[in-house]
Amino acid sequence: MTKLETSLLDLLQEDCRLSLEKLSVMTGASMEEVAGTIDGLEKRRIILRYAPMINWDLTDRERVEAMIEVRVTPQRDMGFDAIARRIYCFDEVKSVFLMSGSYDLLVLVEARTLKELAAFVSGKLSPLETVTGTATSFVLKRYKEEGVIFDSGESDRRLVVSP
Amino acid sequence: MNYDRFLNPRITAVPPSGIRRFFDLAATMKDTISLGVGEPDFKTPYAIRNVAIESLVDGETQYTANRGLPELREEISLYLSGRYALSYQPENEILVTIGASEAIDLALRAIISPGDEVLVPEPSYVSYSPGVIFAGGVPVGVMTREEDNFRLLPEYLEQAVTPRTKALILPYPNNPTGAVMGRKDLEAVASFILRHDLFVISDEIYSELVYDGHTHVPFASVPGMYERTLTINGFSKSFAMTGWRVGYACGAPEMISVMNKIHQYAIMCAPRQGQVAAAAALRSGRENGYEEVVRMRDSYDRRRRLMVGAFRDMGLHCFEPYGAFYAFPSVRSTGLSSEEFCSRLLREKNVAAVPGTAFGPSGEGNIRCCYATSLDKLNIALDKIADFVRSC
Repeated sequence: MTKLETSLLDLLQEDCRLSLEKLSVMTGASMEEVAGTIDGLEKRRIILRYAPMINWDLTDRERVEAMIEVRVTPQRDMGFDAIARRIYCFDEVKSVFLMSGSYDLLVLVEARTLKELAAFVSGKLSPLETVTGTATSFVLKRYKEEGVIFDSGESDRRLVVSP
Repeated sequence: MNYDRFLNPRITAVPPSGIRRFFDLAATMKDTISLGVGEPDFKTPYAIRNVAIESLVDGETQYTANRGLPELREEISLYLSGRYALSYQPENEILVTIGASEAIDLALRAIISPGDEVLVPEPSYVSYSPGVIFAGGVPVGVMTREEDNFRLLPEYLEQAVTPRTKALILPYPNNPTGAVMGRKDLEAVASFILRHDLFVISDEIYSELVYDGHTHVPFASVPGMYERTLTINGFSKSFAMTGWRVGYACGAPEMISVMNKIHQYAIMCAPRQGQVAAAAALRSGRENGYEEVVRMRDSYDRRRRLMVGAFRDMGLHCFEPYGAFYAFPSVRSTGLSSEEFCSRLLREKNVAAVPGTAFGPSGEGNIRCCYATSLDKLNIALDKIADFVRSC
């Protein structure tokens, strides 16, 4: 990874709306170089998407979120990767992580209602052949995610003007 | 009751800080985006905060040695020799102070006899001239000009020096201009210092914040200057430790000893947890290549480029600052004075910047803007300033 690639990733992660011009000024590289580098990062799937961070709790969209600890038995022709792929194909599944510790996969699920979510777990997830057990916990409140503080937000504690 | 008969007229005569007026004005307004701060927007790295937390939990709440915790002085010595090839002995050539601010104050009180003159470059940090006055001396401003990239040049020093001149305060990298002095510039100043046999108080608090291939050159490393320079530095800007109040002075044993005499009676010692945290910061920095400092510096650098580019795009002349975290654009093209520009910008656009005149008369025509602010606030503030400039 070059210094320019790292700088661009840091900047875009902070604000993906930064224009090519601003990115060029901030990194000291030409706009062509910046565009080419970003292109390369996209092609290598280091940059996967440009998306804002949304606090859905402040909208009127109804939703329920759960984190499900899933225990699986990898089989001869179906290792962890294939199982994870099978699970993440469901639309309800937002995230899937392979974890160390007492369970194997952490699955983040979102549905419109509790009933729908329960139906997903009992009807689609648990019946999978390789799944040996699930433990579901519901997200009650989001405080911080991906470095962004959700609740009251952090205020700048510095004196407004100082020498 | 009339307090005049109790108060020292030398002190009451010092005018109120130009910064203070703006602070009071800005404090009355809501939703201001401030580019008028003088400290990092980072918090002290958590690992360093944790060391201090554990020190408190362990009950380390006592005074330290006057000169500072031995392990901190040892780390400072290692830092200066490793980073800048400067050698100071922890036992008697290093003094830990309450920020670099106390170090400057002690130095002035240690060297000034009544009527002694001290050369103070302008524009520069607001505390130098008042500090000289409080110590019984006479501050003499030395002009620096935008045309010279706000470097301190011997010809202006020669115009300001008199037989009463005792010392020069050398503040680079500079607040408010962001100017740096290269080796050749410092060597020219050194010749002047030797010619007039002066002492130098070198405030290098921004030494880690230099950009674009520039390297900081401590004045004490210039040939002939080591024995007549007090090197002052600290942790506020480089490690984002402003509120902890820890700094240090390094110099000849005779100088440090006299400074310590004042320090031990007036202060006893710098805050213990600040010292513990500072020692941890230097120790971990030595081990990991100062990665936190590098991370912060890179972040400042990106925002530096953004800010300077934006000022130039809006038609304001802005010399390229290679140090600290301030830009010092000229507002002359708007026809407004520095104060008028900043007052109106605050009232009409809710953006706070500091007029250059708060840092000395040579600052007239410029404003100081700090780029140690979040990217989104910076972008909004720069757009608002551009709108304001267009309306002038």
